Amino acid sequence: MSGDHAGSSAALAARVRHVEALLERRGLIDPVELDRALTAFLSKGSPAAGARLVVRAWLDDGFRRRLLADANAALPEVGLSMGGGLQEQRLKVVENTVTQHNVIVCTLCSCYPIALLGPSPTWYKSEGYRSRVVRDPRSVLREFGYDLPGDVAITVWDASAESRHMVLPRRPPGTAGASEQELLGLVTRNGLIGVAPV
Amino acid sequence: MVDRFAPGARVRTRRTDPPHHTRLPRYARGAVGTVVEPQGRHPLADDRARGLTSAPQTVYAVRFPARELFGEGDHAVVLDLWEDYLSPAEPGAEEEQPG
Repeated sequence: MSGDHAGSSAALAARVRHVEALLERRGLIDPVELDRALTAFLSKGSPAAGARLVVRAWLDDGFRRRLLADANAALPEVGLSMGGGLQEQRLKVVENTVTQHNVIVCTLCSCYPIALLGPSPTWYKSEGYRSRVVRDPRSVLREFGYDLPGDVAITVWDASAESRHMVLPRRPPGTAGASEQELLGLVTRNGLIGVAPV
Repeated sequence: MVDRFAPGARVRTRRTDPPHHTRLPRYARGAVGTVVEPQGRHPLADDRARGLTSAPQTVYAVRFPARELFGEGDHAVVLDLWEDYLSPAEPGAEEEQPG
């Protein structure tokens, strides 16, 4: 999964700039609008937003059920939204349980809930992850250092259409007395994708 | 508006290899799965990519056992698939929700 990232990234960036310039010259995009949309889109998203959803779900069972039933409707309860881009994206939150573990991927490209969580990790966009996690998720998780017990079933969610997905990890054992701040600190980006327990 | 497939319906994905853009991954062609739930209505990606106008159609989250997709594996894969990619697994067994 390594490679000449510097070389290929520079070439790709140059192509993106060229396409952007063409679109602008042909009047198909307004650069001011584009900058505004990008700023709004990127500034609000971060894994901390995902952590807030997770911890609220851990502490409030009604919220947990609403988040799982219709995440877009539940997000504003915590002051969050999937908006900010050209159109609001549909968010699907999937819950890990004692018997069920979930992992997210976009095999076709690298779709990710950027509006909520910020940019995706580089490995999430790699051909290695995208091609292997649908076929052998248990091995991929092991490579991330997560040895899932054999009696836990895995569901891989391939974001092949318009929805974006996030995992609701299990609340770690032994955290009954933890404060909300402590709980927030436990949730990681990898846990929200499903390659870590939390 | 009526969804063609209800949650729990058994569906089969298209087997064709189109010459144009599509968002039915190759690994999920010609496979039988179970509808989990609808995931909104969206214009067909295949048409949008070709600059064709497309009325929104229901996208379904469909669950497939790994064995069905790859011949091995004890996990499941859920894909979000446009209605056009799907047909009833058993002809005549379509489940339509009453309006």
